Amino acid sequence: MRKAAAIIISSVFFAILLASFYQIPQTDYGEKEYYYQNPINGSYANESVPSHYIANTKNETGAVNAVTAIVVEYRGFDTLGEVTVLFTAATGVSFLLYKVRGGKKRTEANLILKEGSKLVLPFILLTGAYIFIHGHLTPGGGFPGGAVIASGFLLMMLSYPKFFMKERAVSVTESMAGITFAFIGLLGLVFASSFLQNFLPLGNVGYLLSAGIIPVIYIAIGFKVGSELSSIVDKIKEVQK
Amino acid sequence: MIELTIISWIMAFLVIGAAIYAIETKDLISAAIAAGVVSLVVSIMFLILQAPDVAITEASIGAGLTMAIFVYAIGKTGRWEE
Amino acid sequence: MWPEYIAVAALISIGLYGVMAKKNLMKIFIALSLMETGVNLLLITIGYIPGGTAPIENGNFAKYVDPLPQALVLTAIVIGLSVTALALTLLIWYHSKTGTLEYRRGMRW
Repeated sequence: MRKAAAIIISSVFFAILLASFYQIPQTDYGEKEYYYQNPINGSYANESVPSHYIANTKNETGAVNAVTAIVVEYRGFDTLGEVTVLFTAATGVSFLLYKVRGGKKRTEANLILKEGSKLVLPFILLTGAYIFIHGHLTPGGGFPGGAVIASGFLLMMLSYPKFFMKERAVSVTESMAGITFAFIGLLGLVFASSFLQNFLPLGNVGYLLSAGIIPVIYIAIGFKVGSELSSIVDKIKEVQK
Repeated sequence: MIELTIISWIMAFLVIGAAIYAIETKDLISAAIAAGVVSLVVSIMFLILQAPDVAITEASIGAGLTMAIFVYAIGKTGRWEE
Repeated sequence: MWPEYIAVAALISIGLYGVMAKKNLMKIFIALSLMETGVNLLLITIGYIPGGTAPIENGNFAKYVDPLPQALVLTAIVIGLSVTALALTLLIWYHSKTGTLEYRRGMRW
């Protein structure tokens, strides 16, 4: 009875979604539907928002990657909210699973897995660090870099059953990175005119030390996301039944 | 670009097949692995749609960390659905 | 109609069927994770311009893809993982208290 009703409702929803996707217009930037019309006096704006971001990223921020400039410079306050949500989730997981880790007997892994993971782990950590340091030049940034670092620690947890993360080091790293992010925002309030504004010199385009505060903030976010995701995975693995 | 269109159609059928298998099977570990396959194929579709940052993020988080915590949590509770 | 739109509609519908018709809580959470993946794919498919390239400044190309939905989805993927982790924590707690994983016990619908 429930299965038949669920199939009928899902099929109706599928048809409604396809019918509404048929109406999405597929236009380019230069066409008339993409521009904003002012609701008061009916005049069209000079340019649309995405074409402004693409045309002026290199001059205003000094970064080459447009997605990185949007996440840190143009919409930087939403990144602060996202870091808060991630911190709340990691605290919640840590708070609810407080049982001590037990002496359950675990099986040893294969020889190939043990020796291979010892060989590959430094390169995985190096790749993750490269991704979040060069965030303004190549695709990537803070969030994928932290996720790759957490994947490296997950590989170590799968190969050696006695491996665990030291709680004190992880929590100190995470707190220091979060404080650095908020502190740089407050420095922007002191030296420039508003919160999270760029106050460092822009430099030459294409060099590593350029684009103002973007590399500094992404290094802080990379450390924070990497340590938080590792601690979440470690807590769910180690809870006693 | 006729090759990209054919690859997009093959990826769409893989997504639909893996999603139906993930819902209908009785073995929970197979369902978690099928959800990981869906994340991996969606990451390839992100690359065809010219979005490299999102492809790296979805591949490492969706196919690596989400599947890992699902398998650990299934190990703490029961494996079969009934 | 593009193949990506059909994949998005199928993912959201299959996830909705999984949430409505299943009794096991772990299967319901897997279906919720599938729905989140579908919505992220929809956001990036809308921002695609035919003939454009990745939004990194390059001297050879003239047309770029819309960068604004990609910045939104980059955040949404990480938030989806953290919500799933918190939900699985509550599920382990529920299993250690009552001993079973069924959600609709004793209800004759």
